[in-house]
Amino acid sequence: MAAIDTIPPRPFRPSARLLGAIEKVAIPLGALIASAILFSCFLLLLGKSPADFFQLVWRGGFGTSFSFQNTLQRSAPLILTGLAFAIPAQIGLTMIGAEGALVLGGFAAAAIAIPLVSSGMPVALTLLLMAIFAILAGAGWNAIAGWLRHARGVNETISTLLLTYIAIAIMNFFVEGPLRDPASQNKPSTMPIGKDYMVGSIPGTDVHWGLVAGVVLAVLLYFLMARTTFGFAARVTGGNPRAALAQGLPVGKLIVSCSAIAGGAAGLAGFYEVAAIHGQANASLVAGYGFTGILVSFVARHNPLVIVPVAIMFGAIEASGGLIQRRMDMPDATALVLQGIIFVVLLASETLHGRFAIFKPSSEVDRT
Amino acid sequence: MSHEGMSRRSLLKTGLAGLASTALPLGALAPARAADEVVLGAVYVGPRDDFGWNQAHAVAMEILKKVPNVKVIEEENVPETDAVAKSMESMINLDGANLILATSFGYYKPFVTDLAAKYPDVQFRHAAPLWNKDTDPSNAGSYFCYLNQAHYVDGVAAGLSSATGKIGFVAAKPIPTVLSNINSVLLGARSVNPNATVQVIFTGDWSLPVREAEAANALVDAGCDVLTCHVDGPKVVIETAESRGVKSCGHNASQAPLAPKGFITGAEYKWETIYKMYADMLAKGEALPNVVVGGYDNDMVQNTPFGAGATPEAIKAAEAAIAGLKEKKPIYVGPLKDNTGKVVIDKTYDNYDPYLDGMDYLLDGVIGSIT
Repeated sequence: MAAIDTIPPRPFRPSARLLGAIEKVAIPLGALIASAILFSCFLLLLGKSPADFFQLVWRGGFGTSFSFQNTLQRSAPLILTGLAFAIPAQIGLTMIGAEGALVLGGFAAAAIAIPLVSSGMPVALTLLLMAIFAILAGAGWNAIAGWLRHARGVNETISTLLLTYIAIAIMNFFVEGPLRDPASQNKPSTMPIGKDYMVGSIPGTDVHWGLVAGVVLAVLLYFLMARTTFGFAARVTGGNPRAALAQGLPVGKLIVSCSAIAGGAAGLAGFYEVAAIHGQANASLVAGYGFTGILVSFVARHNPLVIVPVAIMFGAIEASGGLIQRRMDMPDATALVLQGIIFVVLLASETLHGRFAIFKPSSEVDRT
Repeated sequence: MSHEGMSRRSLLKTGLAGLASTALPLGALAPARAADEVVLGAVYVGPRDDFGWNQAHAVAMEILKKVPNVKVIEEENVPETDAVAKSMESMINLDGANLILATSFGYYKPFVTDLAAKYPDVQFRHAAPLWNKDTDPSNAGSYFCYLNQAHYVDGVAAGLSSATGKIGFVAAKPIPTVLSNINSVLLGARSVNPNATVQVIFTGDWSLPVREAEAANALVDAGCDVLTCHVDGPKVVIETAESRGVKSCGHNASQAPLAPKGFITGAEYKWETIYKMYADMLAKGEALPNVVVGGYDNDMVQNTPFGAGATPEAIKAAEAAIAGLKEKKPIYVGPLKDNTGKVVIDKTYDNYDPYLDGMDYLLDGVIGSIT
């Protein structure tokens, strides 16, 4: 018994897994704080008060029930377009065509709605078909870039960017030509689907169901990429495509599938823009959500689950942008400057992973 | 080593103290609206200094800022998505706005109409003739200036300032307001030079600076020696014309400073007439009318003061045309054919006749196609 007293108390040693998890949160969080400080310096240079700024961001983004709903509403499409960048990123592709897939998806939903609504199809079935068409249109469109990458070696960043312009041109062609609602004189649009056929809001809020769809899809895609053989194979391909080929993995199929999933997510965002907000397809679909999604995905380090809070953070910055313009007499670009600083600092902080002894299991520290 | 650490720490401390000291003045967070004050929220689709549509509104808004009981809050670069609904709602909820001026076409449906129904105590006015008294909320409304009247004057001045009689027109989209401006330039030019033509190139969207420059160059290459346009920001077209050594007519706001050598005149909105009227009514506590539209006859459009490109006879003829428009002299004197030979205007129409709001043709003398 006495011997026990002589054994020194065992120091607390967190597991490598826990330390790794803490590191994954601590470094981006530190980067966010660093961005806030950098941005404060920028504000001080302009003679504006950083304290006012951050209080207004809080008030405009979260401070009132209206503000928070505003934030959530704006983050809904960003979750989906963030996923559209993240999934190909995991297989090593830089696909920036979510904007095009969103526009084409929204257009497909509005186009298929015209015969369905006029034939008096039940609302639920109509919306389901619209969503399916939107997803298929976005998926098919983005899969083209995936196939070109695999079969022809075409750089997917360039092809997705160019396909975006083509998608917008296709929508414009139909919206200003064959599918134009004659009543939409000065803003060419497709026939409105009508209030009865619109997707409603989440009960008790002003936020449309696209938010729920985004969160559900984020969880599903997280499990797909982290917990299935498909996801594992995709990540192996992302790490080293040659090794993946040598192992006999179906690299082509994986690339096209990931591209299609990405396009489908963006297409679904287009469906909600049409079915929950505009009620028709027109040039307002080209709103830049696809490009902001790239930023969201990078900040979330392409992790589908992390995309949700990051999209909400970006939604809050956008939601409070107007209040900052109005109260602090600052230009609209202020919010962009903040987004840009966050982006650059977070990317720079990527290199810090594995550099801090504090995040290493102590046995490893002893060895070094 | 330790010295370096100390200095870094003390630097950090100073920085934090600086940050903390700025936390004290919270002027920007003060409550928004005093009793019986009008808080006017203005929403713009682009930047307020775009040399075009948004600048025309922003300049006029300055007049409202001088009215004692009116507080103006402004937001620029608000896209025509639910972002505008949220911006307007944020002005109402967080700033206490009770009058919203939504200045871009695509803001109206569904955003202005839905919010007007949701906030019956807030007045909404939208800058396009879209309000329908049968279907739209009574606290919403429209205001619009018929700019084609000033473009008609552009046409008169251009027709007499051009050596070739060929006028080039860079247009965004083939929609009624744009088509009416193109046709009015033609009719103005033909009123002084029966052989004048207008050659039009559609760029396809409101703001495509590269394509606008290409179109402007193509029109000059085709022999046009006066350029004008209907795009959101006419800066590129006017500057291209000046650099190619041809004359130009402006659109939306004054572009005279951009073309010191070749500027003739330009079609400008006078939103301030409407905004001043709103301000006076608000100061007296009167209800705003649902619809305000007009042109030269009620001082709601104007032409930019003539530049170096305008010849003396052009100035004389343009001034006569302005005098005529003030007397409500009609622009569309029928019968007129479109450029495929079909009679599209069977009789003479009043300048505000709703029939003209649905224009979907280019008149005979316009070179170009809307399809």
